[in-house]
Amino acid sequence: MIHLEYFLIVSAIMMAAGIFGFLTRRSTLAILLSIELMLNATDLNFAVFNRLLFPDGNEGFFFALFSIAISAAESAIAIAIMINIYRHIKDISVEKLQQMKW
Amino acid sequence: MDYSQFLYMREELVLIVAIVVLFLADLFFCTDRKSGRGVYNTPLPAILMGLVTIANAVPCCMESFELFGGMYQHTPMMSLVKTVLNLGTLIVFLMSHKWLSREENLVKQGEFYLLVMFTLLGMYFMISSGHFLMFFIGLEMASIPVAALVAYDKYRFTSAEAGAKFILLALFSSALLLYGVSFLYGLTGTLYFEGLATKMTFSYLGVGALLLFIAGMGFKISLVPFHLWTADTYEGAPTTVTGYLSVVSKSSAAFVLFVLLAKLFPTGEYAAAWQTALFWIVIASITIANLFALRQQNIKRFMAFSAISQAGYIVLAIPGTTAQGMTALVFYLLVYMAANLGAFTVMTSVEQSSNQVTIDSYNGLYSTNPKLSFIMTLCLFSLAGIPPFAGFFSKFFVFMAAFNAGQHLLVFIALVNTIISLYYYLLIVKAMYINKSDAPIATFQSDAYSRLALVLCTLGVVGLGIASCVYNYIDAVSLL
Repeated sequence: MIHLEYFLIVSAIMMAAGIFGFLTRRSTLAILLSIELMLNATDLNFAVFNRLLFPDGNEGFFFALFSIAISAAESAIAIAIMINIYRHIKDISVEKLQQMKW
Repeated sequence: MDYSQFLYMREELVLIVAIVVLFLADLFFCTDRKSGRGVYNTPLPAILMGLVTIANAVPCCMESFELFGGMYQHTPMMSLVKTVLNLGTLIVFLMSHKWLSREENLVKQGEFYLLVMFTLLGMYFMISSGHFLMFFIGLEMASIPVAALVAYDKYRFTSAEAGAKFILLALFSSALLLYGVSFLYGLTGTLYFEGLATKMTFSYLGVGALLLFIAGMGFKISLVPFHLWTADTYEGAPTTVTGYLSVVSKSSAAFVLFVLLAKLFPTGEYAAAWQTALFWIVIASITIANLFALRQQNIKRFMAFSAISQAGYIVLAIPGTTAQGMTALVFYLLVYMAANLGAFTVMTSVEQSSNQVTIDSYNGLYSTNPKLSFIMTLCLFSLAGIPPFAGFFSKFFVFMAAFNAGQHLLVFIALVNTIISLYYYLLIVKAMYINKSDAPIATFQSDAYSRLALVLCTLGVVGLGIASCVYNYIDAVSLL
């Protein structure tokens, strides 16, 4: 039996890596991957809490399932927008997303 | 399971019926059979939205109930807020006519209406949620289609750029929010609001989860320091979508934040924690947004910072979580909706007729389009809070609620900022009336739909301030 803490450490590392990637990556696709990492950290949290702390119900599992589905929908929209950007400037790095500032 | 429960979800059912009707109409009537070109598809969406508004506005069930084991909750106040959102959407539909009847938008105009209505449905579910899963689904349903709407102008790069910035930051904020919710689940073992409220005991992990939750909601309401997407998204999005974003999305999120904080953390250490957090957030939102608004040249960007500062005033009603605060919040949302959408209708009319979005291009607007300038002035006065207009009263009630909640310093800072905001709102009025321009925007006639929207907004801006029955009605509902 693995203790709860280890799972939480893993999810915290995933979350931190996601935030770090979100702030530092230059490609919007890599930023999207970082966000997926963050969402997966939360899914892991839900599943672990449900399995180890509250094994009577299924609330956490269901939340994780729904959150996976929703994040898939969000990624689809984000990628569609990126394809549109690519058609305009043949590039998807965030440095090029600077037409509007200040 | 008792399926007749569905019948109690009046607002949602009516809206779903309207969506289905619009879907079918879009399928069969949106293009001309012979040429394949788009046809402007009658005022059907506007009429449907009007019917939905009327159907929801009839106050029939003035008591609170919950369905599906507490997943879905209903209070008279929620019903009222849904009606307010409906009105806002109706005005957005009316003002988008000219823009949607352009050649490149005609074929896809059905998508605009449908996506807007789906986001509205998401907001309904978010408002009525009694469980974090329902809340999250509603929240995402209200923000994912908006990204598509922001990137609606396919051949304009700034629109796509705005959409990318919006969707990435919306995803980031929902990840933060979910992380907070997961810890709330870990602490209590339930995600029902009722259960959470009773089982929460004080811990620093809980405070962290609460702050993550507020950060996630702060992104949606665009409060400083979570406002960074706002200016770019508002500038790049089509003007009508900007109007929708700045009013309807924001209003629903602000209302939900109030309801959830009041329901989950009404008293104790948690209440102290979020009140401190909101204290700094409100100060930062109002002050920083005001300072940035001073230096804007693009009117949509200017309205973005104005909207951030207004969001600060909206959140000002939350500390204390009293019935009075609730009344002040909803009244503020209603007045803000009328004033802001009025300003956006004028802006979109000007943009559609002359393609101008800079503040300088408004120089001398009064000499060519006196009526539009006058309505814009009324709306800006209301946003700034000058006495005879509704904006003054809404600000006054918000200040009163915050003052009674003991936030004296906060009210003082907000008051000082009201004066700063007066300066930059008047800059636009000055541009329209006093500044001379060699080539002012030519005289144009706005279409009938825009004029109807302007009439509704003007009625709101002038009437809501004078007719006290509206405030009294909201007050009566908030006490139920």
